[in-house]
Amino acid sequence: MVSNSSTNVLLSADGTPLKKSLNRSLRQQKMRALLLIAPLLIFILVAFIMPIVSMLSRSVENDLVGQTLPLTVQSIQSWDALSGELPDEPVYRAFAQDIQNAAKAKVHTKVGLRLNYEKSGIASLFKKTARKAKKWDIENDGPFKEKLTKVHKGWGEVEVWQTIKTHSPTYTSGYFLNAVDMRKTVQGAEWQPEDKTILIKLFQRTLVMSLIITFSCIILGYPVAWLLANLPMRQANLLMILVLLPFWTSLLVRTSAWKVMLQQQGVINDVLVQLSLISNEGRLIMINNEIGTIVAMTHILLPFMILPMYSVMQTIPPSYLRAAKSLGATNWTAFWRVYFPQSVPGIGAGSILVFILAIGYYITPEIVGGTKGVFISNRIAYHILKSLNWGLAAALGTILLVAVLILYWTYDKIVGIDNVKLGG
Amino acid sequence: MVEKNNSSAFVKFDRVQKSYDGETLVVKDLNLEVPKGEFLTMLGPSGSGKTTCLMMLAGFETATHGDIMLNGISINNIPPHKRGIGMVFQNYALFPHMSVAENLSFPLEVRKLDKVTREEKVNRALDMVEMGEFKGRRPAQLSGGQQQRIALARALVFEPELVLMDEPLGALDKQLREKMQFEITELAHRLGITVVYVTHDQTEALTMSDRVAVFNDGRIQQLATPDQLYEEPENSFVAQFIGENNTLNGTISDLKNDVATVKLDSGDIIDCKPVNVSTIGERTQVSIRPERVELNKKRLPPGSHTLTAEVLEFIYMGDVFRTRLRVAGNEDFIVKTRNSSDQVRLNPGEKIEIGWSTSCCRALDA
Repeated sequence: MVSNSSTNVLLSADGTPLKKSLNRSLRQQKMRALLLIAPLLIFILVAFIMPIVSMLSRSVENDLVGQTLPLTVQSIQSWDALSGELPDEPVYRAFAQDIQNAAKAKVHTKVGLRLNYEKSGIASLFKKTARKAKKWDIENDGPFKEKLTKVHKGWGEVEVWQTIKTHSPTYTSGYFLNAVDMRKTVQGAEWQPEDKTILIKLFQRTLVMSLIITFSCIILGYPVAWLLANLPMRQANLLMILVLLPFWTSLLVRTSAWKVMLQQQGVINDVLVQLSLISNEGRLIMINNEIGTIVAMTHILLPFMILPMYSVMQTIPPSYLRAAKSLGATNWTAFWRVYFPQSVPGIGAGSILVFILAIGYYITPEIVGGTKGVFISNRIAYHILKSLNWGLAAALGTILLVAVLILYWTYDKIVGIDNVKLGG
Repeated sequence: MVEKNNSSAFVKFDRVQKSYDGETLVVKDLNLEVPKGEFLTMLGPSGSGKTTCLMMLAGFETATHGDIMLNGISINNIPPHKRGIGMVFQNYALFPHMSVAENLSFPLEVRKLDKVTREEKVNRALDMVEMGEFKGRRPAQLSGGQQQRIALARALVFEPELVLMDEPLGALDKQLREKMQFEITELAHRLGITVVYVTHDQTEALTMSDRVAVFNDGRIQQLATPDQLYEEPENSFVAQFIGENNTLNGTISDLKNDVATVKLDSGDIIDCKPVNVSTIGERTQVSIRPERVELNKKRLPPGSHTLTAEVLEFIYMGDVFRTRLRVAGNEDFIVKTRNSSDQVRLNPGEKIEIGWSTSCCRALDA
């Protein structure tokens, strides 16, 4: 049965290729392993992978306009949006038919809202038109150009029709352009007007503040990790409990506690005033701005820095420091030349963990950040919960996700993910 | 007398005590003098205080009481990096993030030597351990023996007068260990450095050292040259710890002319050399080396006491025969005989007469 070409394939005792019989013998093992992880796998698939995929697709999906206004979308294709002239009667007629159908199906507000993200005023335009359009007889009541313009003068504006045409394709880059403070127009992509740009600034702020938080965590966490790794067992255990203690308290409680500490009538300001370090009028503003977010988030993310650093430092035998000293190095030189380089993988692991957590943090900036200290995640939440512009929220989320992945990739290239040690 | 001791001793422990917890002493009243150029080994079971002594000398532990002197100067308050003592660690402690050359260059850099001198000294040290071609490697890319050589070169590169070694050969296999033992002693004598070497391997201690200090229970049990240590152990711990040893328990029944007559627990009478027994009626542990037991009665001096022994086991080991006997109730009495052409092979069950010369049989503390 074995073909001539595979004479060099190893055969098992009964003549079947060795690879095949090995696979067969391992199959049962693999099946059992798969069954054991199946519940988790299904859970992750349903609760994690699927929402992410659907979110990613939302950032480019735009089938609402095409589905609600199919005739308009079809007939508007022949209209030259850059001509500066209004579309012809057939487009108006198609739109009248579409809006009537939409009004009957009660979906006209949805599409109005969708187009309102792109040009404000369109939502009310749609609402008003739909009310009127319900009574029209599409076959006989023409011409609709005048009729629609009479209902609302908006229908006489070229921009409204341009907006409809620009946002009629099923897939759009519009949300992503919005996410970086640009917008899609008939001429192509262009920058948002000055007063509407916020997102790039927010991205920058998120990055800069996450970096500051990461650095603060390194500075504060390094000595603690060192102590943890070098103290006698009993004291180290006590210290470890103190490090882990915050995990047993609710995140909300810890963040709210910072509100009490940092506010202008709060503990820190009171103490400073009492010590006469600041005047009563000159109380420091440390909450509802960047300082509040940095302080609270550094505190909350500190354990995520300490633990990886500790686990790396634990593996550095004290004999290295002793060797360095016996060779004539002062305490500082021994630390800086011998100990520190070996603890860098821990710093790397902690930094990447803290930075990735920080960049997507939501609750803490929301509570203590005010307007100056909020992150991009707070904007995403705003678009999900308040403005209901899920497409934009999805695009912002996607950008954040890609940024983290790029960061991870660069880190892997520079430091090597194998050098990151989170345990043992 | 004191004056003379100070000038001859390069390293001196003067009534040194060490306690970690304030309740028990790990090192109890240690007095030790090491002259310049000597290879001294601290030998003892784990927990005997030998490593603590080494760490105190290196400066990583402070003595609870007493003085440690180097070249006549007390170094108790001198931090380790100013002592200028080379040290080879148990697991080499080569810096994993530096190449071999960088490792060797490190002690020279912290001494602020210029680059040319550094390179010259590094090369010389590497040539000394025959590792010149491994300059650019990382420690992880070297075998255990090679790492050992680099650790040695690093401890010697800044030309210290005193080098400490903390079980440096423990991680090597037997063959390599024997080779390195030879190389280290050869190097130490060639360079004329003083070495304090810690090990729990008695063969290593006996083959390498000028003198050996046997540690137990925080004290030096005996400080002597290897041959004295083996042939003239001063107490039963040393006799048991160094080499193979047969023991018989008994009571001193007579003591005169440097001969102690011992009545064994079985009732037999033997003659011994009294070592640390002084009164009649005292309990004693008699120690005799397996190769000093005489099976041929004719070779014993006339009038010697002999014991009846029953052969339990005969083991052929090539160069020697090892015979296990039951002697005076002790079933683990070993006799080693050379495999010479006229040597008889004993069979289990045989009854023989054994004896020894009095000087080889030492009556020690019980």
